[in-house]
Amino acid sequence: MSLLDVTGLSVVTDSGRALVSDLSFTVEQGGRLGLIGESGSGKSLTALAVMGLLPPGLTASGSVVLDAPGLGRTEMVGAAESRLRPLRGRGAGVVFQEPLTALDPLMRVGRQIAEPLRRHRGLRGAELRRAVAAAIDRVQLPEPDRIARAFPHEISGGQRQRVALAMALAAEPALLIADEPTTALDVTVQAEVLGLLGELIAEKDMALLFVSHDLAVVSGVTDELVVLKDGRAVESGRTADLLHAPRQPYTRSLVESARTFENALERITR
Amino acid sequence: MSSPVLAVRDAGFAYRGAAPVLHGVSLEIAAGRSVAIVGESGAGKTTLLRLLLGLNRPTGGEVLFDGQPLDLRNRARMRAFRRSVQSVFQDPYSSLDPRQRVRRIVSEPLRSLGLAGPDTDGRVAAALAGVGLPADAGDRYPHEFSGGQRQRIALARATVCDPRVLLADEPVSALDVTTRVRIVDLLGELKESRGLTIAMVSHDLSVVAALCEHTAVLESGRVVEQGDTREVLGAPSHPYTARLIASVPRLLSALRLEKHDG
Repeated sequence: MSLLDVTGLSVVTDSGRALVSDLSFTVEQGGRLGLIGESGSGKSLTALAVMGLLPPGLTASGSVVLDAPGLGRTEMVGAAESRLRPLRGRGAGVVFQEPLTALDPLMRVGRQIAEPLRRHRGLRGAELRRAVAAAIDRVQLPEPDRIARAFPHEISGGQRQRVALAMALAAEPALLIADEPTTALDVTVQAEVLGLLGELIAEKDMALLFVSHDLAVVSGVTDELVVLKDGRAVESGRTADLLHAPRQPYTRSLVESARTFENALERITR
Repeated sequence: MSSPVLAVRDAGFAYRGAAPVLHGVSLEIAAGRSVAIVGESGAGKTTLLRLLLGLNRPTGGEVLFDGQPLDLRNRARMRAFRRSVQSVFQDPYSSLDPRQRVRRIVSEPLRSLGLAGPDTDGRVAAALAGVGLPADAGDRYPHEFSGGQRQRIALARATVCDPRVLLADEPVSALDVTTRVRIVDLLGELKESRGLTIAMVSHDLSVVAALCEHTAVLESGRVVEQGDTREVLGAPSHPYTARLIASVPRLLSALRLEKHDG
């Protein structure tokens, strides 16, 4: 049984417009799947629907089954909030594009990281403090004590995204959903965060659902890809196969566009 | 090489009451060339572009237009400057007035520069055609267009008064990759067919490699390296440039790794 089984997922607006249509994919335990698409492809809505986090006015149908070890099989579509809450964090954790939306601006970073540790792992007191320090250390942030005492606005964008990553990983989720986690970051910081993400995932044998518009980024961290366009899956398969031999014209245009820029740079830097 | 149409010489800049964001920056933009200003957030790229646009005055050093210091108070001279130097910005959604028809948006520089006349409609039509938009685009509103088409509208507006220089702040960063290829092609075409000089701020080295002949690398408000793009990116002499290049995510590296595994 797969860790995440999405079958015939659709997301429709109240006025009846379909934003995601009949989408199916699976993520195995420890597997790494990328959802790639351009703006309006429905990739972020898919990630939200998987977590049961769709905003008001949007309705999911179809089936999203999360089968995290120790938490039982859960149909996420249409499930009550009380059923979903224990799954968020331990079953699946999320990192979004803009870490400021995930962090409380009025709460010190250490307390925010402590929250999932307290809730999911039941840690208190000195043990909790040690776990917070370890969580900050794991995402390779310098000066853990200073970071723990800082407010989100007092640290850089890259550091904030590491904090968001530390929070998502604190509950040791079976599945990490990362929605454009490095898009807002500078390119050198992006490279560091992507490297870190890959290491942490491998270390805990965590599964990854990575949402991105950037083929080069997504192909560096995933083994399989689903190409989305206008809410539909255009093509899916092993990442290397899609890059080498895209079958659909749309996938081909994505690969060729990415290659055009890459070749321009390669010609110079080789 | 021809003399620079636009240059900054030993320019520094500090926003009021804040630490300086540019230190001793010198950069020459030769006529007909394409120049990239690259760097990461906070490096001072946009501030440098604002100096080149005459939107801010340097707090040290000077900005030269056709070899003469740019004097923001000399109105006649500034009008000639505005006519010669036009700009496009990153976000085509916020840079176009949603309440105006595209024709009025594109003709705005002609009106503000006092160039509007009986030939305005013809010039707008030519500008729209020049960026690959259909003639009837002028009758429509910005919201009826996609992101890439909106950036074309912004380019039509920037080129309608036949400027010599186009200053572009991350002109393709907000666009999807397939659209980005087409807009970069269009910029290259405008440069070739009209002899347009382009100075572009970008964080994306691939776009720079595809479009720009000269590259200046900014780090913390200083130019750490500049020169021919092939040399700067091909054989970087500053470690920061090397780090920028190494950080660019690449499809090919993913393929190479994959082959190793198999």
